[in-house]
Amino acid sequence: MRRVVPIGPYHPLQEEPEFFKLIVEGEKVVDLEINIGYNHRGHEFISPTLTWDQVPFLVERICGICSDSHPYAYVLAVEDCAHITAPPRAQYIRTIVAELERIHSHYLWLGLAGHFIGYNTVWMWVWRYREPLLDLFELIMGNRNHYAINKIGGARRDILQEDHPKIEKYLDLLEEKNKMFTSAILDDPVILARLENVGILSNEEAIAYGVLGPTARGSGYAIDVRKDDPFDAYDKVDWNMIAFPEGDVLAKAKVRLIECFESIKIVRQCLKDMPDGPIESRVDEIPPGEGIGRHEAPRGEVFHYVRSDGSNKPIRHKVRAPSYMNIASNVVAVKGYSIADAALVLAAVDPCYCCTDRTMVYENGKRKYSGQDLLRLSHEKTEKIRRRYRK
Amino acid sequence: MKKEYSKKVLEEIIKKFPEVTVKIHGPRRTYLSVVREKVYEFAKFLYEKKGFRFSIATGIDTREGMEIIYHFTHDEAGTYYNIKTLIPKDDLKIKSLVPFLPAADWIEREMHELLGIDFIGHPNLIPLLTAETWPADLHPLCRDYQDEHKELKIKKKLQEEHCEE
Repeated sequence: MRRVVPIGPYHPLQEEPEFFKLIVEGEKVVDLEINIGYNHRGHEFISPTLTWDQVPFLVERICGICSDSHPYAYVLAVEDCAHITAPPRAQYIRTIVAELERIHSHYLWLGLAGHFIGYNTVWMWVWRYREPLLDLFELIMGNRNHYAINKIGGARRDILQEDHPKIEKYLDLLEEKNKMFTSAILDDPVILARLENVGILSNEEAIAYGVLGPTARGSGYAIDVRKDDPFDAYDKVDWNMIAFPEGDVLAKAKVRLIECFESIKIVRQCLKDMPDGPIESRVDEIPPGEGIGRHEAPRGEVFHYVRSDGSNKPIRHKVRAPSYMNIASNVVAVKGYSIADAALVLAAVDPCYCCTDRTMVYENGKRKYSGQDLLRLSHEKTEKIRRRYRK
Repeated sequence: MKKEYSKKVLEEIIKKFPEVTVKIHGPRRTYLSVVREKVYEFAKFLYEKKGFRFSIATGIDTREGMEIIYHFTHDEAGTYYNIKTLIPKDDLKIKSLVPFLPAADWIEREMHELLGIDFIGHPNLIPLLTAETWPADLHPLCRDYQDEHKELKIKKKLQEEHCEE
């Protein structure tokens, strides 16, 4: 007999708005329906109302985790449209930030995956070493998130010579700890039993659903924008693309873990080879035309398309985040597995719902609560709980 | 190396479909214009015979009509092939790519609700992103969209539903 198990519209574990309708026969999942759009923000509608230089700040807020990827792809699209190239130093700076962001995003997923399978030790250890990376972002760009480093025709901030030792020190620590995580996770028989042969996405299915990033590379579909269509400093440094053919959750975890080593390699080489010179080139106007920018975000290829009519605003701006393709592939990946595995399989693509919906809450152009209000509300609630338990 | 490979692939495409208009924007960006009737056949050829990956599609409301750009990528050569087609505004219909390309499912649903394009042969053309109360004949990415219409139409829809109950 068929029954429906609803997960959502507010995911109990991932705490993001999406709705998975699992159709089950006994313990086995036989079908899946996905419903998104609970927080649609309409970025593609807002973007043509802003000027070329304002859009990076808008697209940066599409996603808090990969807040470098969207503006990066956007500036590459505008540079493609206007036939501009950023100065070499700016290219290296952008590459370094993108790779550091990849490490922090993969660590976020790794911690959450550990939490999902009941290994809270993995979660705490991994996030412990993710924390100094966020401090590093603050050191370089003045913010732990939403870095605002990308600018049409260059980078907004320089990486100072005096900061290099701090970054290198962190990379040394990270390399050591990443080795520890890799061996600890891949040697643990319980984790292997939990991840191996679960949620297999075959190579053919991966191609048909057009999946991207670690999800594709875990299914033996070796695509990576950084290798296929190199931009900025990616073809000037030496690194390898990581791919595994198995297609299960373990393969995706392995791709992400080993990719962190490659990211460390790229950042080290970039820091060493970074040329001197200006960090931005002067851009006077964007000529009529169209441009495409693509960047390999931690979750896969981010795609931005812009069209210009020669004015100070884009007339069309299309955003395609990687989760848009990856989440849709869950329909085949989850079929035939038990409900217990479903939560893990659905999380294995590293889903990012804010990317998929491109969402944010705004009421009539006004914020409902300020930071102070939220603080006050939380204090009030704590007081209430205290009073209740004092009795 | 990659450049020559890319050139060879483009020559093969033009040989098979001589009516295609080619515009080369950059070393790895190519724009191809096709008439609406040929899109299905052309995309099928690129995906099945040439091994191109479907990336996404963009719908644009222009003066001349509704424009759809299907973005395909050839990863071995790193080239983006953008298939452009123009649909007249009084007949917003095009053949769906979903029968052979499941990756196009969500984006066709999105274009259907945001721009009002009908995809013939799509198995499940229901709204993807907009709310349940959103009126089906209101398309936010169209040029003639105005916010004032939204409130009125949502109100009307709710009233109608209320009457039916």
